[in-house]
Amino acid sequence: MSLLLFDTLLCGLLLALALASMLSRQLSHAVILYIAFGLLMALAWARLAAPDLALAEAAIGAGLTGALCFTALARQGKLPLSPQVSWQQRGWPVLFVLLMLSGLLLALLQLPASPGPLPALVLQELADSGVSHPVTAVLLNFRSWDTVLELLVLLLALLGTLQVAPVPVRQNSWALGRSWSQLLAPPIILLAGYILWAGASQPGGAFQAGALLAAGAVVLKLNRQLNWLAWRNIWVRFFAVAGLGVFVIVALAAWLLPGLAAEPIWLRWPPEHAKYIILLIEVFATLAIAITLTLLVVAEQPATPISLERPDTAGGSDD
Amino acid sequence: MNSAGELSVFSTIISSLLLGIGLLFFVAGSIGMLRFPDSFSRLHAVTKADSLGLGAVIAGLMFYSSWWQNLLMLFIWLLVMASGAVSCQLLARFCKAKQDKA
Repeated sequence: MSLLLFDTLLCGLLLALALASMLSRQLSHAVILYIAFGLLMALAWARLAAPDLALAEAAIGAGLTGALCFTALARQGKLPLSPQVSWQQRGWPVLFVLLMLSGLLLALLQLPASPGPLPALVLQELADSGVSHPVTAVLLNFRSWDTVLELLVLLLALLGTLQVAPVPVRQNSWALGRSWSQLLAPPIILLAGYILWAGASQPGGAFQAGALLAAGAVVLKLNRQLNWLAWRNIWVRFFAVAGLGVFVIVALAAWLLPGLAAEPIWLRWPPEHAKYIILLIEVFATLAIAITLTLLVVAEQPATPISLERPDTAGGSDD
Repeated sequence: MNSAGELSVFSTIISSLLLGIGLLFFVAGSIGMLRFPDSFSRLHAVTKADSLGLGAVIAGLMFYSSWWQNLLMLFIWLLVMASGAVSCQLLARFCKAKQDKA
């Protein structure tokens, strides 16, 4: 009974927050409401017994997306008030959204009530996947094609963002924020390592660990730390690409090297090496995801010669 | 992990009392955030709920879990409390700067 009450409250709050976020006049209010929405969404995933999704939603949906929207807002400066739109101009978007919504609802109605044969198949093949957590097995072994493309999408998003990255704003950091972000860094690194390692047998994995690392790095960057973490650094570029690169190279190796697999298939790991292959891919994917997400939030244009003249202004004096 | 049924009457009363105190702080903090006149007193109300209210809730929940989970919950409490304090100062500085400019 109390759980039913909780679920009803959660669903109601989710809908209310989503509506409020979309309808609010000020963009900053919309972002705050969206962060709250992300947190409750994470709770909803946890209630649906999907802790992997809950972790990812809490780290990315509530944490990083909020920071991303806020930094975008802060960089944009004053926005003009939204202009008046006539009803004819509103009609087409409304029609489009209604069409999409009805399509989604139709698809929802067609979802079978029973889970189908796939979960049983995954559990049956789990022993050969190299990991003991079914979600990780699906993401990095059975359906690793999806994960390759996800990494590619992230990389493309980063490359696109870098083209429009704003010029750096010279701001001084604040002593309390700086020391707090530095204090937070070790537990975040520890936790990210744990989540990455735990992904083999429990909820967790590269995406969650990378998002956590990125959150720590963003807080540090916003406090004017980690100045080496920028696109001009060759190692940052290397590791940002290495997530996808290692994945593809390993897949090519497993496919082409003779004797590794009984029947070579693209993106199919030989069972005896699967554990190490997945670990290797996940380590590089974590670093790539962390760097990509960090740079998505705090990417800046390479320093111009003008700002190079006074590099000491970037240092952290208190006020 | 103990279940609620295994607790003694005394522990149940103490834990319920602590949970009640924590909830009271959260309710008071939320009302304060909605009703207080300026940003500084609103921040004051919210951070009280975050630090003391969450502490009381965690202390109340400690009767129900193992020492390892208790340690984790204490750590989370410390993290929330410290980040609450830092972000409260940050917001207050921002409000002060805006007030001085006006």
